[in-house]
Amino acid sequence: MHRGKGMKFVGDSRIKAEGKMPNVPKDYSEYPGKTEAFWPNFLLKEWMIGAVFLIGYLIVTVAHPSPLERQADPTDTTYIPVPDWYFLFMYQLLKYEFASGPYNVIGAIVIPGLAVGALMLVPFMDTSKERRPFKRPLPTAFMLLAFASIFYLTWESVANHDWEKAKAQGAIVEEAQFDPESEGYQIYAGSSCIGCHGDAFQGGLGPALIDSGHTPEEIIDIAHNGIGTMPADQWKGSDEELEVLAEFLAGLKTGE
Amino acid sequence: MLNKIYDWVDERLDITPIWRDIADHEVPEHVNPAHHFSAFIYCFGGLTFFVTVIQILSGMFLTMYYTPDIENAWKSVYYLQNEVAFGEIVRGMHHWGASLVIVMMFLHTLRVFFTGSYKKPRELNWVVGVLIFVTMLGLGFTGYLLPWDMKALFATKVGIEIAASVPFIGEQIKILLAGDSTILGAQTLTRFFAIHVFFLPAALLGLLAAHFIMIRRQGISGPL
Repeated sequence: MHRGKGMKFVGDSRIKAEGKMPNVPKDYSEYPGKTEAFWPNFLLKEWMIGAVFLIGYLIVTVAHPSPLERQADPTDTTYIPVPDWYFLFMYQLLKYEFASGPYNVIGAIVIPGLAVGALMLVPFMDTSKERRPFKRPLPTAFMLLAFASIFYLTWESVANHDWEKAKAQGAIVEEAQFDPESEGYQIYAGSSCIGCHGDAFQGGLGPALIDSGHTPEEIIDIAHNGIGTMPADQWKGSDEELEVLAEFLAGLKTGE
Repeated sequence: MLNKIYDWVDERLDITPIWRDIADHEVPEHVNPAHHFSAFIYCFGGLTFFVTVIQILSGMFLTMYYTPDIENAWKSVYYLQNEVAFGEIVRGMHHWGASLVIVMMFLHTLRVFFTGSYKKPRELNWVVGVLIFVTMLGLGFTGYLLPWDMKALFATKVGIEIAASVPFIGEQIKILLAGDSTILGAQTLTRFFAIHVFFLPAALLGLLAAHFIMIRRQGISGPL
């Protein structure tokens, strides 16, 4: 630090009392050729790009509300997990035989670790002065290969995932308003129905029974003959009980 | 009046050189999209920072409603999404911003790579940049659990299992993240919340400061 004789400071601080930098912008003649001052010239242009970007961003936000699945239920063992899209390539990698099961550590740790490590050490491996990508074929080829692999793995993962099922398994199920003391619910709880359709009709192995849209007659038919993956002859009780139950189930609506 | 306040502060703290350095630095022609359209590739770093700022702001507002406990986390997000005025927008910006920041950062990384800008003397800035990338992925991973819905819980389960497969210290990492060697529950949620809103953002801000100070010291890399 410059501390010549006769220098004056502001009080006992290190700030000099004289010779302050004047608060004026540099003259434009100090920007040769087509260089530009950051403030305000270039920042204004960045600002415009930012504004256009923000509009696109907001349109996406408004057009696609962010997803929310039903509340986490750790006991649901049938749920097939899927990560956010930028981790899908890793998710896919772990499905391959050489990277899963006994070789899990290869797919989960070794390959990603090598990739991140290599990325970090790029400047120390590629030490030539050449900067143009076509004049340094190895780094360029490796990066293109990495990009292609990530793209391919993500693509495969998206193509192989059952998005319809994923949507259904996470859907928020409205809770039904029902009287657990009612005859209908007593019959339901006493039958095998509750095993697959849940104690609050929320579904499980079978679908939810709320707002099913079926008439009592259809429900009686399903109980006898099955539907979809539900086998026939599930109903073990009397016909009278089934009629009461069918009326009850057909009346299950989401409450407000 | 404002000038007087400025002069008063400047006399005591000599602030002019600090911000004049940023304001007056020259922007070279080859990074200016006004002169060469192809220079738009130099925008990705700035856009990454722009989205990061939006993430911090929207995240701050989200925490005004969010409750990090397993009973209420999902309910608070549901309420925020469906009942709070503009809650859907704020959460939407945070949700889509998380993806955008990854995309922009990826494009920025490719730009720096293919223009060879990581070469001497900018090696350290590249290393810090890769650390920022990893931190961002960590933010994405921890933030994914917070709504405490089905996909959050089960994706995190898989993620924690991956962390647990690290040789030798996997089990310790798992306990550090999940708070328990077997259960993924209340403790995990509070830990992920803490990591997502305190630990990683603190690391991120430090790294970003280092990234920007290095750019100011060295200037942007020259034309190819």
